[in-house]
Order: sequence, then structure tokens, then C-alpha cells
Amino acid sequence: MTASLTRTDTLTLPRRLSPPGKVAYAAVPWWVAVPAAAGALLVLVPLIAMGARIDWSRFAELIASPSSLAALGLSLQTSLTSTLVCLLLGVPLALVLARTEFRGQRLLRSLVLLPLVLPPVVGGIALLYTFGRQGLLGAGLDVLGIHIAFSTAAVVLAQTFVALPFLVVSLEGTLRTFGQRYEAVAATLGARPSIVLVRVTLPLVLPGLVSAAVLSFARALGEFGATITFAGSLQGVTRTLPLEIYLQRIDDPDAAIALSLVLVVVAIVATAITSRIAERGQR
Amino acid sequence: MSLTLQAEVAERGFAVDIEIADGERVAVLGHNGAGKSTLVGLLAGLVRPDRGRAVLDGQVLFDLDGRRGSWTAPHARGIALLAQDALLFPHLSVRDNVAFGPRSAGVNPAAAAARAMDWLGEVGMAEVADRRPSQLSGGQAQRVAIARALAAEPRMLLLDEPMAALDVAMAPLLRRLLARVLVGRTTILVTHDLLDALLLSDRIIVMDGGAVAEAGPTEEVLRHPRSRFTARIAGVNLVRGSYRNGAVVDARGLSVQGAVREGESLAEGAAAAAVFAPSVVSIYPEVPGGSPRNNLAVTITELEPLGELVRVRADDHRGHLLSADVTARSVAELDLFPGRAVTYSVKAAGVTVYPL
Repeated sequence: MTASLTRTDTLTLPRRLSPPGKVAYAAVPWWVAVPAAAGALLVLVPLIAMGARIDWSRFAELIASPSSLAALGLSLQTSLTSTLVCLLLGVPLALVLARTEFRGQRLLRSLVLLPLVLPPVVGGIALLYTFGRQGLLGAGLDVLGIHIAFSTAAVVLAQTFVALPFLVVSLEGTLRTFGQRYEAVAATLGARPSIVLVRVTLPLVLPGLVSAAVLSFARALGEFGATITFAGSLQGVTRTLPLEIYLQRIDDPDAAIALSLVLVVVAIVATAITSRIAERGQR
Repeated sequence: MSLTLQAEVAERGFAVDIEIADGERVAVLGHNGAGKSTLVGLLAGLVRPDRGRAVLDGQVLFDLDGRRGSWTAPHARGIALLAQDALLFPHLSVRDNVAFGPRSAGVNPAAAAARAMDWLGEVGMAEVADRRPSQLSGGQAQRVAIARALAAEPRMLLLDEPMAALDVAMAPLLRRLLARVLVGRTTILVTHDLLDALLLSDRIIVMDGGAVAEAGPTEEVLRHPRSRFTARIAGVNLVRGSYRNGAVVDARGLSVQGAVREGESLAEGAAAAAVFAPSVVSIYPEVPGGSPRNNLAVTITELEPLGELVRVRADDHRGHLLSADVTARSVAELDLFPGRAVTYSVKAAGVTVYPL
């Protein structure tokens, strides 16, 4: 009885959702809705649980404390900078991966994607042995008086390291979807490769580019493991919002929760912007 | 000679040697996979051959035969490409699309916009100059694409089936436009459509299996195709064999009587071809009597509507696919359908015989 009721309900669902004349068929069995709902709840419930614990009476005071504001300011500043660096390095990388063919291209792609699957802590250690005092490049930079490890620059480097693959993967996909037909036409109209890039390729993939940049910004904003390993946790210098939350978790859990909510809101706004742009790009 | 091209692309089994005169319009016919797209890609600079050399107006497009190979990038060739899809840049207005070529050549924005408007006027699209490409119909977009290609002032124009993506009603309009603007322009037109070839080209190149199967002046090739392949494309019937007693007799005994083409002479037993148009074929349910006629026993394989007429294709069981054009009424009256055995009857006077 119950089973048949559920069935009827799910069957009427698409009819109610789709206006007359629209496609009323979806190639999905009804039971898929069950694990799908479980998946959505897995994300939603912890957020609600966290939101329920917020001490609203102290909320403003908590997020406006000097250490919180310093962390928030540093996070926004470093994340924006690393997004910029991601664009400067990632757009050329995506172009090279999507538009050219050369020996070792697959290897390069795997390497660029490595930070996606690597624990950020490992990335932090790798960066430390590159730019640290005794590191591969750090020793030389040290002679020149440039100290990167445990500075704000180290935060930006760590964030760029983990966020770059997001931009490259997303943009390479967009470039491949568009193909080279428009670019070929532009070339036969007499446009040099640089003109084609600026006047055809980049404008065409602009929606994809913006959403890729927002994605890498969000990833940079949430960076923790590589930052704490490579940059440390100095208030106002390298202690970004995730690090601040992690430290406050022990001293003042209410402050940690309030700051977490701030990060959640920033993340939601970023996602909303991305999907809006993606929609506009499809039109 | 304006263009000379010799090229081989081993991977695609492509090998051609083509010359095109200054201002000549050449139609390239052939099946899918015959090498037409490769030819276009080679000239546009989008496909690199294994071997070969191409020169346009004295400028080397590529030369891979010498010890030091040279290669001119697509943007430096002065060869514009118009494809099946208009491929207007979606982020630019119609005017900016047409101005793209001049802008790329360094013309200042105002002058480029003015030249764009001139060309938009030429193709009758001036009133949509401020629109986005997404607001245009397929036919309008293709007109704008023609204006864009011409505004780049190319030395040579490549048209890769420009009418193929348009609906039947739009194609004739575009064909007339092309007939007007292509005069005197060195052009390669890839097409499936015989009418395009007839109206828009001075010369025809027929490609088959990556090679040039036949080439010559348009009228000549269409009226007297030398290969069965060309005949099928041209829509005329072709029987090849040797000349015996005023008829062309093929290896399997099919005999077609006809009149030797004026100005040609044929010796008994010489290689010859009999050509007749589908319009001179009559269809009978049985073998008819009367005046001297070629009666060919065939089995209908296909009926294809062709405007007011129906083109009947039939197999003569000797390796020929022969076409006849009849009215829709005759199809009904004679009860023609694929699989039916009938007799094709052709008056000898309607058959031209010429030497091969």
C-alpha cells in the first residue's frame, strides 16, 4: 500500500513540474531520488546543525573582533591576489593544453591536476622545500634578500598552488567545447594569433573564464593545509580565515562558528555568481 | 597562373595537382570523403600536407619539398573561408563581424565600420547591422558571412558547401547573390549541388578517393562526363565501352545507339562513351516497338522527387545505374515502384556518343 502510494506520487511529480507542452519524460528511474536526497541532506544537515549553534546575540561582536577582521581582510586580499595569479598562469596553461599538441602534454596535464588529488599538507611541504630557506629556489632567493616562506606571499603561493587546477580544468573544458572553428575563421579573415586570442577566443569563453575564476577564488578562500604548513599562522600576516577558525575552535567555539558562517555565505555567493554566469553563457 | 597546388596527405590518401587561373571560379564536386574538405583545409592553412608546394600570386603558401620547408600561417595567406555554418562571432554585432577582417588588417575602426556597411549593403543586410548574430535567420547569417569574407579583401575565396545548411527556399537567393559577387574572384566552391556548379563556376574539378578524377570547363564536364562517377553527380546517364556499328557496346553486352558528337570521329572498336540525359528516357512496362530505339531492361531501385518531376533510378543488371525523369502522373499511371522491372526506352537521336 505504502509502496504503491510512493510510486504514484513520484509518477505524478514530473507532470506537475513540467508545464503543458514541455517534455514530460525524464530518463531517470524513480528510486534514484532516494540516494539523491540523501546526498543533498549530507551537505545540508551539517550546515543547519552549525547554523543552529550560532550565538546571534554575540554574532556581530564575534565577527568584528580585531583578530577576526584581520583574518577576514587577509583572506580576501590573498584570495583575490591568488585568483589573479591563477588567471595569469592558468589561462595560458589551459590554452596550451586545449589548443596545441606536443610531446609530454598528457604528463603536463596530470602534473597540473596533481594538487586536486594531493593532500594540501603535502603541497605545503613541497612548497616549503622549494621556497623555504633551505629550499630548491629559496636558498637562491634568500641570497637576494627575498624571504617567501612564512610571509603573506607564501599564503598567496599556497592558495595559487591548490586553486590553479580548478581554473585550468574548468577553462580547458570550455575551450574544448567551443572548438577551434571560430578561431580558424578569424585566422582566414587575416587575424594574427594574438588578435584571435584577444578578440575571439577570450570573449567567447568569457562566461566560462569568469566562473572558473570564481571557483578558484572560492578554493583559495578555503585553503588551510598548505597555508599552515608553508606560511604558518601569524596574525595579520599569514593567519587567514580558515586558520583563525581552526584556532578559535578551542579558545572560543562561538567565534569559530560565527566565522564559519561568514565563509559559508561567501561560498554561497560565489557559487550563485558562477551558476548565473554559466546560465547566461548558455543563452 | 594564379594558384598552383601540389600536395599529398598520406594519412588521408590525398594527392592532388591543381592549377587555377586568376579570377577563375572552380567548383569541386565529390562524395563525402573524396578529399574536398582536405583540399579546402590545405589552402586555408588548417591542414598540413606531408609533401607538396602551393603558390598563390607568387606568394608561397607552403613548400615542403625543398630542404628548408616553408609554411605561411592562415592569417597571412589572403585566403578567406566560408563554411557551411556562417560561424559569425556571437559576441560581436553584425557590423563588427563584417569589420573584423579590415580591423585585423590594421584599418582604423571608423574606416573598417564604413567598409563593413558597404558590404552589408551589397548583400542586402544593412538594416541588421546593429543586431547580434543570434537574432538572424540561417539565410541572413550566411549573407553576413559572405559580406564578412569579402570585406577582408581576400585574394582567394574558399566556399565549403555554403548552401548546405540552408533550407530549400533560401538557397536560390543566396546562389543568386554569390553569382553576382563572385564574378572575377578566384574561388573554390565545394558543393554537392550540380546547380551550384553550373551557375557559380567556370570550371569543375571532380574528386574521388583523394585524387582529381576529372577536370574541365563546367559545361563540358557536365554535358560529357568521362567517368561514371561524374555522370552520376551530373545526373546524366553514361555507358562506356567500344564503338561498334553506330552503338557503344560495353563489356557485358549492353548496347546503346547514338549519334557521334559533332566534330568528333570514331573508328570501329575505339573506346567511346554514350551519354543521355534522364529527360530523354521514356519508361514502358513492356518492350515497345516502332522507331529505332534503345530498349534497356532495368529494375527500379529508387524514386526521387525532383520538383515537378520524379527521377527514377534503375539498375540494368550490367553495372549501370540509369536515371529517367518522368512526371508524377506517369509514376502513378505506370505504377512504378522500387523493385519493379520495366523497360527504359531511349531514342538514338537523344544519345550523344563521343570518344574517350
